[in-house]
Amino acid sequence: MDIGTIQAYAYFFFVAFLVVVLYSYIYHLYSSQWKGKRDYEKYGNIALHDEITDQPIEKISKNDDLKVGGINE
Amino acid sequence: MENRPLEYDYTVAKWFMLTTVVLGIVGMLVGVILAWQMAFPAVNLMAGEGLAEYTNFSRLRPLHTDSVIFGFTLSGIWATWYYVGQRVLKVSMAESKFLMVLAKLHFFIYLLVVVAVVGSLLLGISTGKEYADFEWPIDIAVVVVWVIWGMSIFGLIGIRREKSLYISIWYYIATFLGIAMLYLFNNMEIPTYFASGGIGAWYHSVSMYSGTNDALVQWWYGHNAVAFGFTVPIVAMIYYFLPKESGQAVYSYKLSLLAFWGLMFVYLWAGGHHLIYSTVPDWMQTMGSVFSVVLILPSWGSAINMLLTMKGEWQQVASSPLIKFMILASTFYMFSTLEGPIQAIKSVNALAHFTDWIVGHVHDGVLGWVAFMIMAALFHMAPRVYKREIYSKSLMNTQFWIQTLGVVLYFTSMWIAGITQGMMWRAHDEFGNLAYSFIDTVTVLHPYYTIRAVGGTLYLVGMFLFAYNMYKTMTSSRRVEESELQNASPMGA
Repeated sequence: MDIGTIQAYAYFFFVAFLVVVLYSYIYHLYSSQWKGKRDYEKYGNIALHDEITDQPIEKISKNDDLKVGGINE
Repeated sequence: MENRPLEYDYTVAKWFMLTTVVLGIVGMLVGVILAWQMAFPAVNLMAGEGLAEYTNFSRLRPLHTDSVIFGFTLSGIWATWYYVGQRVLKVSMAESKFLMVLAKLHFFIYLLVVVAVVGSLLLGISTGKEYADFEWPIDIAVVVVWVIWGMSIFGLIGIRREKSLYISIWYYIATFLGIAMLYLFNNMEIPTYFASGGIGAWYHSVSMYSGTNDALVQWWYGHNAVAFGFTVPIVAMIYYFLPKESGQAVYSYKLSLLAFWGLMFVYLWAGGHHLIYSTVPDWMQTMGSVFSVVLILPSWGSAINMLLTMKGEWQQVASSPLIKFMILASTFYMFSTLEGPIQAIKSVNALAHFTDWIVGHVHDGVLGWVAFMIMAALFHMAPRVYKREIYSKSLMNTQFWIQTLGVVLYFTSMWIAGITQGMMWRAHDEFGNLAYSFIDTVTVLHPYYTIRAVGGTLYLVGMFLFAYNMYKTMTSSRRVEESELQNASPMGA
């Protein structure tokens, strides 16, 4: 098999592999939502509720609550 | 010790807003001069024979491209980063003295770079590589600015309250990483003075690559500068500003994630389309062409997501000039991401390459998409950072229509000019003799070059209206309460 043929096969399988990865990612996103593992759509609210006094959509840790609302100078 | 409520700190965002407006006007003014020079070559001597060296087309052209890309657009990206970054991560710059110092350093070193770039390009000091014109000392300063910005991004992420990174943050990070990689590789150069033991100017350099390799790296960089400078960060902006201004959450967050990874993967392979029918390997040209066509999908994924975000709220397009700017921007994004792939198809490229159609494509992207989105972002930010309403809604509307007309005149004239040019260059008689000489094309293109210059001038007039509106907003507009700043931006009549 010459190098051109090998390249062609490699190219085809690589593209096929990437298509599988892409569709798996779509499946992962939707199945996580159905199974209730993660609600991706709620993250859209991060832009809407973005005042510093707003509650985070997902808090990073409980300790951080103490910082919100005041700064000492 | 005083205990006052925590607020976002927009100091550095404001500074970058200022450079966005100023460098936007500089870049577009130079562009308009160039357009008139193309139509009427006497404009090359506008300041007299003595100063022709500084006013001719070839000296000014890199100043136009670089001030729009690295002046206007980068400033816009950073102005919005120092605004959006804080808000979606729910952390104030005021909470970290270190990050504040870094951000200020970021701005001031950037200003020095701007001065060095303008000075060196006017003096004709250049590497001669398109969009990578800066000589090595400036490249080093650019890297310093970039590293500081990176520290600022990851520093702010490190102290955030919001656990999930909003989609815009993903795009800002991608901008940072993408440009860092591209800029470093394409600007690998050898300072000739030091390498030769003292010959020539100390600031001069030559590329580390040569021939076809140099061309490949240059266009891998060049096209991805469009990707990571003109697309990715502008998508970051629209994902934040359109939902926020309209009060509608992004239509599908899952689609935004999918489009992000699609764009990241596909874009990097498309640069080869600049080198179709050149000496680079044929498979690379084909790959560049194929990936360019595939690129339609992730680009339209984001653009359609934006249009669907307006579902049920289309009356806002009629009532708010700010929403108009953003909807037109995303429409132009769809349009130019369809036009680009068409031009990348080999048979179309045979006609389009080296013609004005390419110039038209770049400008419907940059004027229609990039600049409209950046101006919309600044309009949205202004009331929130200055605590004043936008000075004039009617001025915004006027600006919108003048600039839209300008863009339309620009790209339509360049379409006709480009296709005419391509057809005339390839036309031949039955014996294979070329039907036209080069000067025939110049004569026939003259009216379209004039129309383009008129279109550019209209756009520049719009930029002055924008600057005036921003200035009045900053200085004398009505003061607003925090409660007026929830979604739709307050505007004076």
